[in-house]
Amino acid sequence: MTKTLLSRRLMLAGATALAVCATLGSASAQTWPSRPITMIVPWGAGGGTDATARMIASLLEKQLGQPVPVVNRTGGSGAVGHQAIASAEADGYTIGIATLEIGTMHHQGLTPLTHEAYAPIGLYNSDPAALFVRADSPYKSVKDLLEAVKASADRKFKASGSAQGGVNHLALAGMLKAAGIPVARVAWVPSEGAAPGLQDLAADGVQIATASLPEAVALISAGRIRPLAIFAPKRDEAMKDVPTFKEASGFDWSIGSWRGIVAPKGTPADVVAKLQAEVGKAVATAQYLDFMKSKGYATGWTPGEGFRTFMAESDKGLGATLAEVGLKK
Amino acid sequence: MDAMLLAFKMVFNVETMLIIMGSSIFGLFVGAVPGLSATMALALLVPMTFFMEPIPALAAMVTTSAMAIFAGDIPGCLLRMPGTAASAAYTDEAYAMSRNGHADTALGSGLVFSAIGGLFGTAVLILAAPVLAEFALNFTSFEYFWLILLGITCAIVISSDRPLKGAIMLLGGFLVASVGMNNPAAFPRFTGGNTDLLGGIGFLPMLIGMFAASEVLRSALDRSPKAMIVDQPIHNVFKGMWELTVKYPIQILRGSVLGTIVGALPGAGSDIAAWMSYAMSKKLSKEPEKFGTGHVEGIIESGAANNSALAGAWIPALVFGIPGDTLTAIVIGVLYMKNLNPGPTLFTTNPQNMYAIYILFIFANLIMIPFGWATIKVAKKLLNVRREILLPIILLACIVGTFGMNNSAFDVGIMLVAGVVAFILEENDFPVAPAILGVVLGPMLEENFVKSMIKSDGVFADFFARPVAGVLGVLTIIAWTYPMLRILWRRLMPKEQTA
Repeated sequence: MTKTLLSRRLMLAGATALAVCATLGSASAQTWPSRPITMIVPWGAGGGTDATARMIASLLEKQLGQPVPVVNRTGGSGAVGHQAIASAEADGYTIGIATLEIGTMHHQGLTPLTHEAYAPIGLYNSDPAALFVRADSPYKSVKDLLEAVKASADRKFKASGSAQGGVNHLALAGMLKAAGIPVARVAWVPSEGAAPGLQDLAADGVQIATASLPEAVALISAGRIRPLAIFAPKRDEAMKDVPTFKEASGFDWSIGSWRGIVAPKGTPADVVAKLQAEVGKAVATAQYLDFMKSKGYATGWTPGEGFRTFMAESDKGLGATLAEVGLKK
Repeated sequence: MDAMLLAFKMVFNVETMLIIMGSSIFGLFVGAVPGLSATMALALLVPMTFFMEPIPALAAMVTTSAMAIFAGDIPGCLLRMPGTAASAAYTDEAYAMSRNGHADTALGSGLVFSAIGGLFGTAVLILAAPVLAEFALNFTSFEYFWLILLGITCAIVISSDRPLKGAIMLLGGFLVASVGMNNPAAFPRFTGGNTDLLGGIGFLPMLIGMFAASEVLRSALDRSPKAMIVDQPIHNVFKGMWELTVKYPIQILRGSVLGTIVGALPGAGSDIAAWMSYAMSKKLSKEPEKFGTGHVEGIIESGAANNSALAGAWIPALVFGIPGDTLTAIVIGVLYMKNLNPGPTLFTTNPQNMYAIYILFIFANLIMIPFGWATIKVAKKLLNVRREILLPIILLACIVGTFGMNNSAFDVGIMLVAGVVAFILEENDFPVAPAILGVVLGPMLEENFVKSMIKSDGVFADFFARPVAGVLGVLTIIAWTYPMLRILWRRLMPKEQTA
């Protein structure tokens, strides 16, 4: 008798607890945000991703009336920070920046993590990669270059612009694949980022480099290197005379590093919706747009499901290109 | 000229000025307290610069190091204990001067000629760095490979009187730097499956451990009795400085030139510059017999040398990313953190940053005079700071600072381990400087080697195919084989004579 009583009491207590939890849960969705929201950035302070994240955080702070501290969790080519966002509590108080690497790391066997671990909030930036040769190079157009590469011996041409398997490496590999040239034809010289790769091009260390246009502005204006094409569906606003790869070659290929805001999977749908609205508002402000323009970063806003589809497609495309260069595990 | 104007704006604003004032006081304090080094001052600053804009961060670095190197002269003069290693060369001399009642002259010449040496080094930095950068724009991985190898060789040969131990430490640095996946193939090495280690062993936590936490341990275990402060009234320290400048112009110039050159060589910094300069001064002096008895000539020359070495060390650091000494190894870490990656493009992409660095150097050496004068005034109180209060504060700063940079308890672990390891190694006469050079230069060496091998399709002869690379390569090989050739030559010589 006492036993059943006890168990009944327990059940009652449990039910009450559940009910309280449920009301608290829904209350948190309505009153969200009632405390600071942490924004995790998987890249170092001072970099491009960090700068854009801090800009958005400061705007969100004003709009939401809650502090939005930015926390840099670097390491493992982004694996550490991306993991930290995914494994944070899904209560809407931790959000983070996902970058292109979420679609490459798992193909390379660095982490089991994929974009499916996130509730997408929105894509706010995508900077297409571009193709460069030295200013005194004999190749005046993409066609010239592709013909020369096609006719050349394997590994005669060397190219640089990022680490092995980095976005600029994949840009080059995808270009060769699109043009029907074996990817192994051009040797990839890994560099610690776009800047040293472009400098190597300027110094005659390699013949081809890939990087985004803003990264190359200094060397272009110094008259040392020349952009041939941009791997995007549209020309760049700031450099209208650089053709798209499709215009210049007839082959279709676009790729670029991108940045978007995500929350951990399981974050309440209404909180996600609210976040989408708020971030959408932030990236439409003049302050944000001026900042991005001054740094040379592209702007745009693809919220929710659109972002999810984008990540899935990016993942598939990157996986195929990585397999092509032999980096897929 | 717009860039110049921008640079002035970046330096002369309230935030940067407050940071310069704060770091001056910090640098003077750390430099003046025996047992706390200039490197430690910079290591402790790193977490704070994390939250600053790039130029204020560099302002803190430049001012703190300049002030600390000068302030190291103060306890040397009054206690016979050098405040930093850079003052060790002439500590006995300065102390002898104090005992003879010339403490004011000794301190005054330390201050004035530190500032002059610092300004000279800055002038060389301003003139030489952009020219070198323009030249370096044509460097590919082949040139970088040889340059780094030459730098490493140079570091082992001159940085320590124990080349073998130096070489072991350098290789240890290489090993530590190879952890993680920051290598040309992006292949995880020595991580044991740990995600935190994928990014490698954090450079900044390691620095803080090696140069700050380890010194806390050393100071805590130091049981030597408290030294007595020379009881001499200090009058006007600037009295007679003009006369000394007129009397020893060649010594000032010689010290500054030698200091800048030694500073620019990888691995050798202010301390070695001061030792070499003091020895040179004695050798070339008209009255070498007076050295050691309280003669100001050597203090002037080596005091100028150690401060000019500071600016000299920034030349290879900014142009090539090769640190000239341990201080610039830390500065390079901060530059990367602030996305001001060292290299020739640093001079072309944002010239205002470079101008701002030049202005900072000039400014720091100028305000050294009033700030240094004030420090000398309060020196006697400063030297009585109690260790048991200071050390826990420093350790706490190490831990909080390291955690604050990346919100990672793992980094704190790295910092503490690095501190204990560095302490044990130094107690056993293994120099730590080559290790930190190994950590900075190892990955660069590997990357440039792999790049070059890919470019040349594995043909090693290509390493000599470009003219500059060829010259650097031959120089490196000569530096390596020289000791062997000398032994060989000595053995062969007598035979030839008899034959």
